[in-house]
Amino acid sequence: MEEVDVEPAVTNIPAASSGTHLGFAWGPGDILVYETLYKASGTGSGDIHEVRKDEDIYSPILRKLFNESHHIFVGLQTIREDLPSKNKKPQFVSISKNYRSVIRACMEELQQVAVSTKVAEVAMQYGNQVSILLAIELIWNLCEVLFIDAAPAGSLLLHLLDWVRLHKADVDEKAREVLQSESPAEHRDYWDVVVSYVLQGRLEEARQMLVKQATLQPAARKMYKQMDTLLSKMPFYNPGGTQTLTEFDVKWRHWHEEVDRCLQDNSFASNKHLELICKILVGDEDTLLEHKDLLSTWYHFLVTRLLFCHPTVKPTELHYYAQSCLTMFLDSRSVPEPLDSILLAAFEFDIHQVIKDCSIALNNWWFVAHLTDLLDHCKLLQSHNLHFGSNLREFLLLEYASGLFTHHSLWQLAVDYFDHCPEFGRVYLELQIERVPLDTERKALKVLRICEQRQMSEQVRSICKIMAMRALRNNRLGSALSWSIRAKDAAFATLISERFLQDYCARGTFSDLDLIDNLGPAMLLSDRLTFLGKYREFHKLYGEKRFREASKLLLSLMTAKIAPRSFWMTLLTDALPLLEQKEVIFSADQTHELMFCLEELMSSLNTTTAGTDRPMQDEDIEVTKVELLRLALARNLAMAIVKEGTVEA
Amino acid sequence: MFVARSIAADHKDLIHDVSYDFHGRRMATCSSDQSVKVWDKSENGEWHCTASWKTHSGSVWRVTWAHPEFGQVLASCSFDRTAAVWEEIVGESNDKQRGLSHWIKRTTLVDSRTSVTDVKFAPKHMGLMLTTCSADGVVRIYEAPDVMNLSQWSLQHEISCKLSCSCISWNPSSSRAHPAMFAVGSDDSNVTYGGKVQIYEYNENTRKYAKAETLMTVTDAVHDIAFAPNLGRSFHVLAIATKDVRIFKLVPMRKESTSTGPTKFEVQIVAQFDNHNSQVWRVSWNITSTLLASSGDDGCVRLWKANYMDNWKCTGILKGDGSPLTGSSVRTDNLQCLTLTGTAAAH
Repeated sequence: MEEVDVEPAVTNIPAASSGTHLGFAWGPGDILVYETLYKASGTGSGDIHEVRKDEDIYSPILRKLFNESHHIFVGLQTIREDLPSKNKKPQFVSISKNYRSVIRACMEELQQVAVSTKVAEVAMQYGNQVSILLAIELIWNLCEVLFIDAAPAGSLLLHLLDWVRLHKADVDEKAREVLQSESPAEHRDYWDVVVSYVLQGRLEEARQMLVKQATLQPAARKMYKQMDTLLSKMPFYNPGGTQTLTEFDVKWRHWHEEVDRCLQDNSFASNKHLELICKILVGDEDTLLEHKDLLSTWYHFLVTRLLFCHPTVKPTELHYYAQSCLTMFLDSRSVPEPLDSILLAAFEFDIHQVIKDCSIALNNWWFVAHLTDLLDHCKLLQSHNLHFGSNLREFLLLEYASGLFTHHSLWQLAVDYFDHCPEFGRVYLELQIERVPLDTERKALKVLRICEQRQMSEQVRSICKIMAMRALRNNRLGSALSWSIRAKDAAFATLISERFLQDYCARGTFSDLDLIDNLGPAMLLSDRLTFLGKYREFHKLYGEKRFREASKLLLSLMTAKIAPRSFWMTLLTDALPLLEQKEVIFSADQTHELMFCLEELMSSLNTTTAGTDRPMQDEDIEVTKVELLRLALARNLAMAIVKEGTVEA
Repeated sequence: MFVARSIAADHKDLIHDVSYDFHGRRMATCSSDQSVKVWDKSENGEWHCTASWKTHSGSVWRVTWAHPEFGQVLASCSFDRTAAVWEEIVGESNDKQRGLSHWIKRTTLVDSRTSVTDVKFAPKHMGLMLTTCSADGVVRIYEAPDVMNLSQWSLQHEISCKLSCSCISWNPSSSRAHPAMFAVGSDDSNVTYGGKVQIYEYNENTRKYAKAETLMTVTDAVHDIAFAPNLGRSFHVLAIATKDVRIFKLVPMRKESTSTGPTKFEVQIVAQFDNHNSQVWRVSWNITSTLLASSGDDGCVRLWKANYMDNWKCTGILKGDGSPLTGSSVRTDNLQCLTLTGTAAAH
């Protein structure tokens, strides 16, 4: 399979075309471009241009397409692998039809807007989108018929007939117009309608129309009766019936011969319209080609030709007919369009070429990604013996999902697509989910949940750290602390706990009490955090007048070395009111320990602060505090000894 | 592709670098007018300049953002032989209402004796580390051990590359499978001096960076260099802007257990494009490393993409259409819905 070299598209930037360089910077969904000169200074500053891909993710109506197809996609991935393919085919066909109905619904909505809007540019743009969706649905439908449903000879033609009928709605419009007129048989489009019906194999409807003409021409009644008989006797293959394909073929040939005989007998020679119909029925190519305007497309021509020449056509024979029909239909002036090549590739059962051509022709990966995924599930890519079968599917899904990721809400759909790409999905997700802007806490939590569900611990940590940092910069300590805990970032938690404690020393109260009170096991993340939690607990106990427990906790904070040395003075000062209670709270042993702590603190302070310049008042305060403490401790010790030594009477 | 919006940058002189922040909501621009501007993107997609200040006493060549884990931090480098680190200060509430923010200088790095040509932060898993390279051929790696105190940076490594350096790029991969590595490009134009791209790797034992590889096939001046984001591959991909665009694949060769030296690499050239027909000045990967952009003397930006067969092709060209410098033209947003145009036919 050769790579056709497609010339890259050129996008114009409103900037000088010579004498400057274009600088650029990649962004999440765009690229910024600006005029510059490398390795020089120059004059003038220009604009910075935001350049984006022509992508439809910004269109509100197409968004519905993305949402609903996402739903179908996820459902498809969960079909059980162990069922034999035979049983799964109807399911796949059904899913394919679901996708197509979503496309049609979207198309209809777009069409409505295109018709109702007064802005010409909008109408044109929506109109363009409608025609592209039409083409997509046409291609998808054909792929469904040929690849997924894989109809064998006999049914194949019937499906192709359906396909053509579905995509040629103007016949019904015209018919409606004709039938609603005063005298349908005399309407100028009457014969066009009849012929169109015949071309589409809608013989029953053709017959009904012809009846109207027959009644107007009683003299030609016999001719019309003959035509009616011919039309009614045309055999159509019934796949559910008991007749084999061979039997049908025989029957069809008999009928074909009968039609031919009518032509040779000049049975319809006097009525040019009936003669024309007869020629069509016999499959005369020239006659068919004379009605290009009614057929309007080469693939209609193809199906009609098969209907009247070779209704038992086998799938493998299609491509030969397709190629010749395309050539015959297009006159020397017209060139095949991309759509024609794609359809031709489909008729040739070259799935790979279909996908490739669609990728080139469309700038949104939606279509190729979903179709390839479905074909891969049908095991059709592998049967073509491509070693990159499943890689192709992943490649396209990754492209599509990456494109979604830049959208502020569609990125959530992308996650599911990455989940179903076994090779690179996870790493792509890790890379891109980190970049989702964390505008609000709610959004951050949403992103986090997704990461946590997938055990993306590094991303969880990073996102929490970013949020913690942001909160800290804005002085929201409580928020910063809870994010650090979630990030399991001990160092940061320590830092923030320090800030809390500093705040307490400065203001005498804690902020964010709720958070600190409910730390639970998270307290163990860092020593400082543990201290913060326990210290707050001490204050609570004191407030509830549970002095015994409070004092025990206070002491343990120092003896278990949970409290940082720098905080001991504060703790000892906190002990003062407990020491000065009427009732003895600290036992003798505990008092000894407190004294020991005080001495330890004093000796370390003396060694470290010798030589530091401290203002005289601070020194005085410190000395007074220490003296007060020593006095209180001594008094408490005395009382405690007495209490413990007293025998209760 | 199309121009969605144009922003009047309002620099008084040439813009030398534009850098998006990690989340794509802010950008920084720097210019020959010696200043840096910071822009914020509002909810409706419009850019507002929230800070503009003089940063150096010479042209500012590059500006780059630190990872948001470290807060709002920028680094800039200049012709004035210095690099600087800036931190945003959360201002008064009325400043916020007016949409302004303040940036203060945390440190100036004055070790270079010549113009500092590039400044890059190392990958975040290495801590807060800043790398500069200069025309005097020295790469310097600084570290801020305390993330909360950005005024303290210590020079951890000083690596002499012997050739004038123009660009550096860190391998963004945080995989434990390989040590930290960065690539340096030299714009020395003397072709007899050998390879103009050097790869350095960190050695755990010596605690130093050692040269692991020199790309000998790159003999012309190199103007820019960029490692691609890793995506779980076992090999590394490096793009180089020289007289053409080149993409290299570096495959680490298995190390014997006794070897203590740097990793040996098998160097393969993946693609080479001379479509610019001239010097290529910048290369840069998009976030998923699926697209490479290059800018050349021909005044174009070209986009390169690999298909699933790993064949690289040019998929788009951005070029100036010859309209004069407009200076101030903020176009309103295009219509919401965009056409599904066939790229093959678009011009």
